[in-house]
Amino acid sequence: MGNYLPSTPDERQAMLEAIGYTEFSQLFADVPESVLLTEPLAIPNGLSELEVLNKMQSLADQNTVYQLILRGAGAYDHYIPAIVSSVTSREEFQTAYTPYQAEISQGVLQSIFEYQTMICELTGMDVSNASVYDGASAAAEAALMCVDRRRKKVVVAGNAHPDVVATIRTYCWARGLPFEVVPARDGLLDADSVRTASTDAACVYFQQPNFLGLIEDAPTIVEAAHTAGAKAIMGVNPIALGLLKSPGECGADIAVGEGQPLGLPLSYGGPYLGFMACKKQMMRSLPGRIAGETKDKQGRRAYVLTLQAREQHIRREKAGSNLCTNQALCAMAVAVYLGAMGSKGLAQAAQLSHNNARYFADQLTNIPGYALVHDAPFFHEFLTSSPISPEKLEQALAQKGILSGLPVGENILWCVTEKATRALLDQAISIIREVHAQ
Amino acid sequence: MKLIFERGGSGRTMQYLPEGDTPKAVLPAHLLRQQPARLPEVTEIEVGRHYAELAKQVFGVVSGFYPLGSCTMKYNPRINERVASLPGFAAIHPLQKDAEGCRGVLELAEKLLCEITGMDAMTFQPSAGAHGELLGLMLIKKYHEQNGALHRKKIIIPDAAHGTNPASASMADFDVINVPSDENGCMDMDAFEKVLGADVAGLMLTNPNTLGLFDPNVLAITEKVHACGGLCYYDGANLNAIMGHVRPGDMGFDVVHLNLHKTFSTPHGGGGPGSGPVGCKEFLKDYMPGSALMGNHPDRSVGQVRAFHGNFGVVVRALTYILTLGADGIREASQTAVLNANYLMHKIKEDFPVAYDHPCMHEFVLTLEQLKAENGVSAMDVAKGLIDHGMHPPTMYFPLIVHEALMVEPTETESREALDEAAKAFHAVRLQADNDPESLHNAPVSTPIGRPDDVAAARDPILRYTFPE
Repeated sequence: MGNYLPSTPDERQAMLEAIGYTEFSQLFADVPESVLLTEPLAIPNGLSELEVLNKMQSLADQNTVYQLILRGAGAYDHYIPAIVSSVTSREEFQTAYTPYQAEISQGVLQSIFEYQTMICELTGMDVSNASVYDGASAAAEAALMCVDRRRKKVVVAGNAHPDVVATIRTYCWARGLPFEVVPARDGLLDADSVRTASTDAACVYFQQPNFLGLIEDAPTIVEAAHTAGAKAIMGVNPIALGLLKSPGECGADIAVGEGQPLGLPLSYGGPYLGFMACKKQMMRSLPGRIAGETKDKQGRRAYVLTLQAREQHIRREKAGSNLCTNQALCAMAVAVYLGAMGSKGLAQAAQLSHNNARYFADQLTNIPGYALVHDAPFFHEFLTSSPISPEKLEQALAQKGILSGLPVGENILWCVTEKATRALLDQAISIIREVHAQ
Repeated sequence: MKLIFERGGSGRTMQYLPEGDTPKAVLPAHLLRQQPARLPEVTEIEVGRHYAELAKQVFGVVSGFYPLGSCTMKYNPRINERVASLPGFAAIHPLQKDAEGCRGVLELAEKLLCEITGMDAMTFQPSAGAHGELLGLMLIKKYHEQNGALHRKKIIIPDAAHGTNPASASMADFDVINVPSDENGCMDMDAFEKVLGADVAGLMLTNPNTLGLFDPNVLAITEKVHACGGLCYYDGANLNAIMGHVRPGDMGFDVVHLNLHKTFSTPHGGGGPGSGPVGCKEFLKDYMPGSALMGNHPDRSVGQVRAFHGNFGVVVRALTYILTLGADGIREASQTAVLNANYLMHKIKEDFPVAYDHPCMHEFVLTLEQLKAENGVSAMDVAKGLIDHGMHPPTMYFPLIVHEALMVEPTETESREALDEAAKAFHAVRLQADNDPESLHNAPVSTPIGRPDDVAAARDPILRYTFPE
């Protein structure tokens, strides 16, 4: 049915004959006959656009769309201003390739340059790349940046996101690097354990806020890593940076994180983007695409992909990373989001999320059996005990269009953003009270 | 063009969020940032106009002919975008259980892509081709590890391969063995047989290769790798040439990666997001990745290469495309991609010689070595000259084994007139190269900027905006 071919079968036959063939099979003459398919693929017949929309809509209808999401754990439901998708749905931006031809790609290159600047400002770092796949792969790439002949071990905080820990572990296993997890104590890292684990390590990765939502004493952790001679990689929630000390202020060497909260929909886990920024001294080991400013012959300001001598298409097996395609359009969404929100808007999103989370935690812990598992300060996520099975609670809330916190063992990890209102949170609280009354 | 930071003015802002109706909570002062991020201070119309200006300085598939070799710049159907933005997909949390429809998308996409490639299982976790390569090599590594064969360190890669192949092999701690191409542009079989042995972990092959040639010895190649105990990896960068005609799984490959953003029509987005699913045969299925948080790893999994389910929204688009085309449409797409490439090659090879003069698959590579020697006009000059004819240039200087290379991939979504117009543009540039070669050194002249100074950019890197003090 729909095939997007502009030429008709007759035109294609004429083109074939124009270049001296009679049969289309002649175009595949180099394929060994024994493996040439003689039967059609077992794939349904093609559909018209209306039919395919209905088919996909029927799949989408099988998912539950919640009016309030109290779950985070690496993917966060923040408000996205309409301008974001309005910009990123422009067909020129969507359908361009990586900007190799600078003369006709200034729009993409400049947008990357602006994104890099915003990420540097947000993280307090000197240099940012054009983005990588997601927060977890950014953390793994950052760990590989730190490894040298002398120091190979990678140390990771046990209270970081489990998918991030596992991704770093997997990259280290593949590269043949030693890997160690530093366990947390009462939900938080302890500087002595970090220092001990780091004595022969290339780097320490830790997360702010950590997986349990708690705010670490980041400058002390960074200092512990540095005292032991290891680099400090700080994974940060970018909305939290509207309020919290930046990695630069904490003294970190590399800042990474999941950029999804900055204007990207949840979309069942992707596409998101990993942001990656570092101190100037590490600039030439930063992987991935980087846009830089230069001039053309007439002295006009121009942007190009630069420092390419680091990259796989030049260095092949000697490259530090194989990164090429990144998440450019997601990075543009982030830049539009940060541009539109501004510093004040970002701080407001952070403050409202924090207010709502504290309000919900206060209300929830008034119900007997719900208590904060840790007493350290948290940003917008927190772990509580639950007197009933988290699954039962999940069901009760789901019936009223609310996605509960994430069950973590016997406890529940809650997340509240600026999208919640007092009325919605009160509604969630009364549902939870009702479950108890039963 | 002004930067976004050079627009607007102090104090300008929009009100996207409410004041809030919960009490203000205060964090301890020592946790708070001292220096606020200096973000733009603009209103929405300024943001809108800024990006409208930027959009004028971007060339997409929608802007014109885009024969960027190896990148498969086919049309990106609009319906795919609408489907991916349905709230039933876009608003779904990756950790919510009642996501039957999302799982349905992944399962159906897996089934259909396994059928297209001849594989038994597929994961959508990798987010790009290179990410898929890394994961594919991890599967091979795990297989040898499980068989107590960690001494198998060699990965065989033809010298025509994409740079990501050797870079990925290094990331998985393999030794890269480069094998030269023969006089026909395919794997040199003598050189290939010399590197076979008990230390071979596997082979990475792109077929058709980066010259756009299908290696006729492919069955002998995969058989010999298997005979010495290695596994065969198919780089799916060029799958657009063969869909519905021949399957990697039937050619002896054990692992494949696909580029949904090339072959399956999802947009490139100026460099992503892509999706690089990895397929494998049954015996490798237990090594596939999962998510530690979701606890859905197979028994002997390699682990994981990113969080959650991968670039789900990209998979939604690709599935929409596959369902639209159906079995016949997919086969016809590949056939037309090959036809269009041969048709265009036929029309321009009088002006620019083909590096390996043989019927091609979905792309072909020109060599301008002689033109450079005679007229001083390089592949870069010709590429920049083509810009002034309103088209995107081909890929330059790749593969590395061809001197002054231009790699041309028209794709199936171009009409005969579009190809004829492109051939005229190539011809015009050839005439210019003969009659006024100097002028090509200054091309392009129709763009907002001329050739930028790449050397200065790398020597003293300026990688961010500096705010006035």
